[in-house]
Order: sequence, then structure tokens, then C-alpha cells
Amino acid sequence: MSDTAVVANTGLAKFIFGRLTLESFPYHEPILVATFAMVALGGIVLLAALTYFKLWGYLWKEWFTSVDHKKIGIMYMVLGIVMLLRGFADALMMRAQQAMAFNGSDGFLPAHHYDQVFTAHGVIMIFFVAMPLVTGLMNYIVPLQIGARDVSFPFLNNFSFWMTTGGAILVMMSLFIGEFAKTGWLAYPPLSNIGYSPDVGVDYYIWALQVAGVGTTLSGINLIATIVKMRAPGMTMMKMPIFTWTSLCTNVLIVASFPILTAVLALLSLDRYVGTNFFTNDLGGNPMMYVNLIWIWGHPEVYILILPLFGVFSEVTSTFSGKKLFGYTSMVYATLVITILSYLVWLHHFFTMGSGASVNSFFGITTMIISIPTGAKIFNWLFTMYRGRIRFELPMMWTIAFMLTFVIGGMTGVLLAVPPADFVLHNSLFLIAHFHNVIIGGVVFGIFAAINFWFPKAFGFKLDQFWGKVSFWGWVLGFYFAFMPLYALGLMGVTRRLRTFDDPSLQIFFIVAAFGAVLIAIGIGAFLVQIAVSIWNREKLRDTTGDPWNARTLEWATSSPPPDYNFAFTPVIHDNDSWWDMKRRGYVRPLEGFRPIHMPKNTGTGLILSVLATAMGFALIWYIWWLAALSFVAIVGVAIFHTFNYNRDFHIPVEDVIRTEGERTKLLAAQAAS
Amino acid sequence: MSADAHAAHGHGHDDHGHDDGRDHGSMKSYLIGFFLSVVLTAIPFWLVMTGVIENKNWTIAIVVAFAVVQIVVHMIYFLHMKTTSDAGWTMMALIFTIIIVVIALSGSLWVMYHLNVNMMPVHDMRNMP
Repeated sequence: MSDTAVVANTGLAKFIFGRLTLESFPYHEPILVATFAMVALGGIVLLAALTYFKLWGYLWKEWFTSVDHKKIGIMYMVLGIVMLLRGFADALMMRAQQAMAFNGSDGFLPAHHYDQVFTAHGVIMIFFVAMPLVTGLMNYIVPLQIGARDVSFPFLNNFSFWMTTGGAILVMMSLFIGEFAKTGWLAYPPLSNIGYSPDVGVDYYIWALQVAGVGTTLSGINLIATIVKMRAPGMTMMKMPIFTWTSLCTNVLIVASFPILTAVLALLSLDRYVGTNFFTNDLGGNPMMYVNLIWIWGHPEVYILILPLFGVFSEVTSTFSGKKLFGYTSMVYATLVITILSYLVWLHHFFTMGSGASVNSFFGITTMIISIPTGAKIFNWLFTMYRGRIRFELPMMWTIAFMLTFVIGGMTGVLLAVPPADFVLHNSLFLIAHFHNVIIGGVVFGIFAAINFWFPKAFGFKLDQFWGKVSFWGWVLGFYFAFMPLYALGLMGVTRRLRTFDDPSLQIFFIVAAFGAVLIAIGIGAFLVQIAVSIWNREKLRDTTGDPWNARTLEWATSSPPPDYNFAFTPVIHDNDSWWDMKRRGYVRPLEGFRPIHMPKNTGTGLILSVLATAMGFALIWYIWWLAALSFVAIVGVAIFHTFNYNRDFHIPVEDVIRTEGERTKLLAAQAAS
Repeated sequence: MSADAHAAHGHGHDDHGHDDGRDHGSMKSYLIGFFLSVVLTAIPFWLVMTGVIENKNWTIAIVVAFAVVQIVVHMIYFLHMKTTSDAGWTMMALIFTIIIVVIALSGSLWVMYHLNVNMMPVHDMRNMP
């Protein structure tokens, strides 16, 4: 919207379109027009291909309306990876801008565009990359690990996924219709209040997060209920696989913290839409209250992201070391301690706001304490590897890279937890380097470990080794090149979110960082190639056993990919590493006595509700009140209508079960004979 | 729903057997709950509207106390929460919720109070140049 005179709608046009005008479309910004052309072209090709190959019916019936936790899990992963490309494009633009903008050069991004880029990067990477990837993993793995047929509320699961996608779509829309927030990823007031951000950017931010937040919260409730209620007989809490444990804690954190985000964003929208004064500077408002509240959500959020990956690393380490996990009990208690402590540290994000010594020292100390259980976990993994027969497959490589990288990030975190040090480092590039160090080194490496580990389970063939290694080295080296210079810059006092620089001696650091970003781009590209190559060579990489890694937990007891019903018979659990225990005791697959299996039916209601919610978000962003009211009424109507749908379940006929299980028996026999 | 029931049913969603230790209440318990919540609402309303207590802080304290009792009434009579329901999971969830709410509320009050004490300037205009 930059410098062009704002042309406001009047009369009927205002009623129909709200504040959406022709000027809202950024046709005067060459970068965005080019991007739009590319996206539109790609989109048309994709739609045409789907139509040409007659895939719409397949997608709708088998995927979009599916309530199968496995398919929803995979859709979450696809969403996360697609959004990773968008978020990473923002990162590349920032790195290029900062590497160029020296010696009087303005770089290539105008200020209002650059501010949107860094805001969108943060929002997308946390809410629409890391969250979907983590949720997708939990969705796919948890029911299999506990021997369940699905999650507790399969329809809710589908609905959650589509709400998350709805939020992602709103963020993507802001690229071509209007603009995104220019406030930084947490949209602090007073900058995010209507006085300083009168345009639609912050409203896109608010409604994207509110729509996606519904999905996140509901999927948290769903997974808690699943883990608490649907474990296989014999699986007591202390016999649950560690990934299930960390997932449980993560979902508890989600359910306890996301309402706070919802509430604080609701208060901000009241400030923006109806002129209340919760976070304004005058009339009794206090912007620092927003900062306080959003970090009560924000700090647990970082543990929501990392805890499931701690679980992944535990599973991977014990599988590829061929040993039971060292210190299972301590691992569980460390996770629980982190769950509680993560609620006691939020102020370390704003030591400098001036609460004084007693408050700062309390939160500084709790922050340092949290490194103790985390350190215990690192030692547990090391002791699991100690005297193990380690196989350096891709998941294990990612795990070792994680341990080395995450320890550095943890130490800089403890450094930042010292309030006096934080006064120097607050909002500097040192902070940026720190949290990228733990998020890339922890969450992203963990996601890749998990994808390489469980891909054969989900699709029935392993991922290609060579391209996996290219991706691995691209990411790991790229990370160090991109962020070690930022530590140095931060110690020199360079602050975050700067668009241009005066001191030419800093340029070399930013050029090195930009080089690192290019290496990461190679890592991402190689990952996509890895998937393509693996699909191409799938017959060679085929896993017929269902247990390609000689692994330990229950998900490996069934075929790869698992049948719709996961397990023909609910397994009975006697040990922590239940599948390992079954193999050791010479477990024999039951070959007869199958019964029809009761399953939930697919439904399109989740998708319809999410489309309506997204429309409502869009309407509220652009002040199109009639559409907002209409879609709200429609949401309530569709939801009520769905409660009268009693046709929700069916039985997989026993013949189908016998046929599926018979095929697996044949495969296993062929495997044993060869 | 016990683990065995799960295995037998194959899938959990058709399980409407009320063998889960949950109490679904009776007419009597709903009426008691309704009566208590009306009383607990009416008294604070009366206190505020008539202003019978001179000291405003006392009124606030009493209203807050009534609100807390109201929460407990709702949990017992409308949400049917007992220490034994769902093998103690409900109780555990409640305790966790209370811990989180106490941390968030008391923490915010503490933090914002200190912020105000430290950062809000005293506007003493007499000494202004």
C-alpha cells in the first residue's frame, strides 16, 4: 500500500467490499507481481494436472475428507513442508537484503516490505511450519505406538487439520491481497494497535492465528484423550514409549497455553476493532501487559515444539544403538519437570522492561534450572549410545548433529538467562542466533530425523541415502555458516530486524551468513530431490517387513504402510520396548480368527467448516461485515447440522481384513525365504 | 472405558457403556447446583448494587471469594467432577489447571506491580522548570 494515496470505498462498494479496493492488490510492486505470476502459473499447472489425471475425486475421498490419523498426519507434514518453502524464501530475502545494504545501498527491499518479510518469516516458521510438522508426527505415530486404531475423536482431527490450513491460507493471501503485519512475529502493541498499524497487516496476523489456534487446541485435546484412554492393554503409563510421553506433555502444554494466546489476541482485536484500551498507552491501557501475557503462551510454545523431538531422538538413539533407552524413568521425569518449569520462565523474554532485580533474578534462576532436566536428557542419550552398536543411518546422523548443535544453543541460552548479560544482548543478533540454534538444531534436525526414520513406515519404502546425506550436510553446515556470524555480530551489539547498515566492517559477517542460507537452500532442495528419487526407486527401497530398522516400539509391529485399521488385533503389552520384547519372546502373528473392524467414516464437514472460518477471517480483516456475519451463521449451522449426522461409522468386512492380512503373510514368507 | 473394553470393542467410539466412573447427575443434584449458583450470584450483586459495606476493597474481596465458591459449585454439580472419576485423571487435570492459572495470575500481578513501581515516573509538576 506504500505511498499510493489510499482510495477508500464509499457507499455500496464499501458495504460489499469493506476496505478492500483495487489499491489493496500490490500490482505496483515488481517483486510481488513476479512472485504472483510464478505462484499463479504453478497453481494453474497443478490444478490442470489434477484435473487431467482425474485426481480430484481421489484427493477428496481418500485424503481431504479422511478421518484416518495416518492420512491426516501426512497432510500435516505436507502443509509444513510447503510452508517451509515460503518461510525459507523470506529468510533468503532477508539474508540477501542484509548482505547488500551497506555503503549507502538500500538493498532491494523497501522498508515496509522488509518489515513484512521478517514478520511473515517468524509467524510462518513457528505456526505453519514447526507446528504442523510436530502435530503431523504426533498424529501419525502416537496411535500406532500405543496400539490404537485411530485417535479418540477422528472427525475433530480432520477439522483441526483444516483449521490449521485455513490459518496458513490467510497468511498466504496477505502476500497478494493487502499486506502482512510489519510488527515482528509477536505483534507487540502499541505498534500493533490501530493507531500505528491502521492497515490490514495485523488483522491478517490476528485472524490467521485465531483460525489456526482452534485447530491446534482441538488437536491437543484429541491427542491427550487418545493417549490417556486408548492405550493397548498392559501399557501402563510407565510402559509408554518415550515419544508418546513427550507427545502427551506437549499436548498438555498446548491445551494449557494456547487459550492464553487466544485471549490475548482477542483483547488486541478488541483494541483494534471496537476501541477498547487494554494495550494502548493511555486511558489505563498497558502495552507491557500484552508482552507479559503473550510470553506466558510463548515460552511453553517453544517447549511444545521441542519436546516431541526429544522423544524422536530418544527412539532413534535407542533403535540405532541397539539398546534400551538409558534412564527411561529419568527421561519421563525430566520431561514432566520441563513441562511445569516452562510456565515459570516467561519473563526472561523481557528482562529489560524494568521489573527490577527481584523479579529478574527469580526468572533468571528458573530459566537456568530448566537446563538441568534438559542436560539430563543429553546424558541419557549419550549413555544410550555408550557401548551400543551404533548404526550411522540418516536418522542417527541427524540425532548426533542435534546433540552437538543443541548443546551450543543451550549454553548460549543459559548465558542469555543471566539478566545483566541479557541487558547487553536483548534483541541483538546474539538472541537471533540462539533461538535459531535451538529451533534448527533441535526442532528441524529432529523433524528430519523423524522423517527419515518413519518414512518407510508411512509409505512402505526407505528414503534415498545419498540425497539424504546431501540434505544433511547442507542443513548442518549451512546452519553453522548462517548463524555463527550472527553470534559474533550480536556480541558486537548489532540488533535484530535492521534493514541497512552504516559500518562497512560488518558486511563480511552478513555475506558469510547469506552463504550459509544458500547452503541451507541446498539442504532443502536435496530433501525434495531425496523424496522424488526415493519415489522413483521405490521398488528398490521397498520395506516388506514393516520393521526396516530392527526397531523397538509398537508401530513397527504392523505392516508398512499400516492397514487402515493399524492392528488386526489389539496387541497386549508387557514391556517398555514392546515390539522388541515381542520379537525376543518369539511373537507369532495371528493368522486367523479375524473379525470385522469398526471404523469411523469419512466426512467433508471439517473442510467445509474451515472454509467458512477462513472466509469469516478474511471478512473481518477487510471489514466486510455482511460476509463475516453470514459465514459465522453458516459455521454454527453446519456444526449443528453435523451433530445430526448419525451415519458416522462402518465395519471393515472380515473378508477385507483376511485379504489384507493374508497379503502381509505372503510378503513376510517371501521375505523369510529369500 | 477400560483397556479390556477397548480391545473387545475394537474401536472406542461405539462405547456408550457408562462404566467409566463418571456421574451424570440427578434432578436433585442439578437443582441443588442451580439454587447454590443463584444464591452465589445474587449476594455479590446485592453487595455491589446497595453498597452495604463501606469499604470497597472488602466488597471486592467478598465478590472474589463468592466467585471462587461458584467455580467449585459448577465443577461439582454441573461438570460432575469427583476425585475418583476417570481413575483420577479429572482431578489431576484440575490440579494442573489450578497450578497454571495461579502461576499466570500471580506471576502477572507480581511482574506488572514491580514494573509500575520501577518504571512509572512520579509526575510532580511543582519542580518542573
